[in-house]
Amino acid sequence: MMTTDGNGAVAPRLPRLGEPAPAFEAVTTQGTLRLEDFAGSWLVLFSHPADFTPVCTTEFAAFAKALPRFRELECELLGLSIDSVYSHIAWMRNVEEKLGVKVEFPVIADLDRQVAIAYGMIMPGESRTETVRCVFVIDDRQTLRAMIYYPLTTGRNVEEILRLVKALQVADRSSVATPANWVEGEPVIVPPPLTQEAAAQRVATPGLECVDWYLCTRTL
Amino acid sequence: MACVNPDGSPSPSGLLLLRALERPGSERELAGRTGRPLFQVRSGLRELESAGLVRAIPAGFELTEGGRERLAVA
Repeated sequence: MMTTDGNGAVAPRLPRLGEPAPAFEAVTTQGTLRLEDFAGSWLVLFSHPADFTPVCTTEFAAFAKALPRFRELECELLGLSIDSVYSHIAWMRNVEEKLGVKVEFPVIADLDRQVAIAYGMIMPGESRTETVRCVFVIDDRQTLRAMIYYPLTTGRNVEEILRLVKALQVADRSSVATPANWVEGEPVIVPPPLTQEAAAQRVATPGLECVDWYLCTRTL
Repeated sequence: MACVNPDGSPSPSGLLLLRALERPGSERELAGRTGRPLFQVRSGLRELESAGLVRAIPAGFELTEGGRERLAVA
């Protein structure tokens, strides 16, 4: 979808949570992939500024080490930068040689920037030629469920991304929400009641721990 | 998963998928038989189908005559 910016220029609208993730077909280190190839699995699509750069290298090693844990959540990883597939291959080999970590998830070579533009990964205030550190969590029905944007200077926390995927899946599975700093195994928030009668019932419901009628938690 | 080489021959990943198709199967069954993620199986089948080595059937995919010939000489 296209919109007009403040200068009258036509620009793609940024993706929004709860809407279908923008479709794509892209050249990757594992052949040509489409978004629809990931249907039925969760997907973490993440961009990095450039191959052979220090922060990105630490991030890739961290994502690669965490891949089995993402797959336990039926979640795949897909990287992206505006580099050629040859550059990606050389960098992946270098990461394996120098850091001892094999990168087994695909990485999009987005030289024509089609995916970067569709997902709003280029922030001209940070860089006109590189993608910033974006993370898009896409669910098994290909709906965009979460977005995180980090600047060029700051590496992402892979544990937080794992936590985010787990929290979204728990919310879907059990119709609950998760409190601040929630980690797997901790109590979850029961949706607040919508009527006075339900509020009165809520505080008397066994098995719930309530601070007040609108803030009750339970253990899954 | 880059299943077809530029010369039209199946890559090692392509051969893995062709062998898994010695009996027809769905995408999920093939992912189970090959131990590969579903997204790789889907993209691989698309390539093999474009190369005329497999075809879609109601139950999933099966080898074409060309796919059987490729497998026989691999």
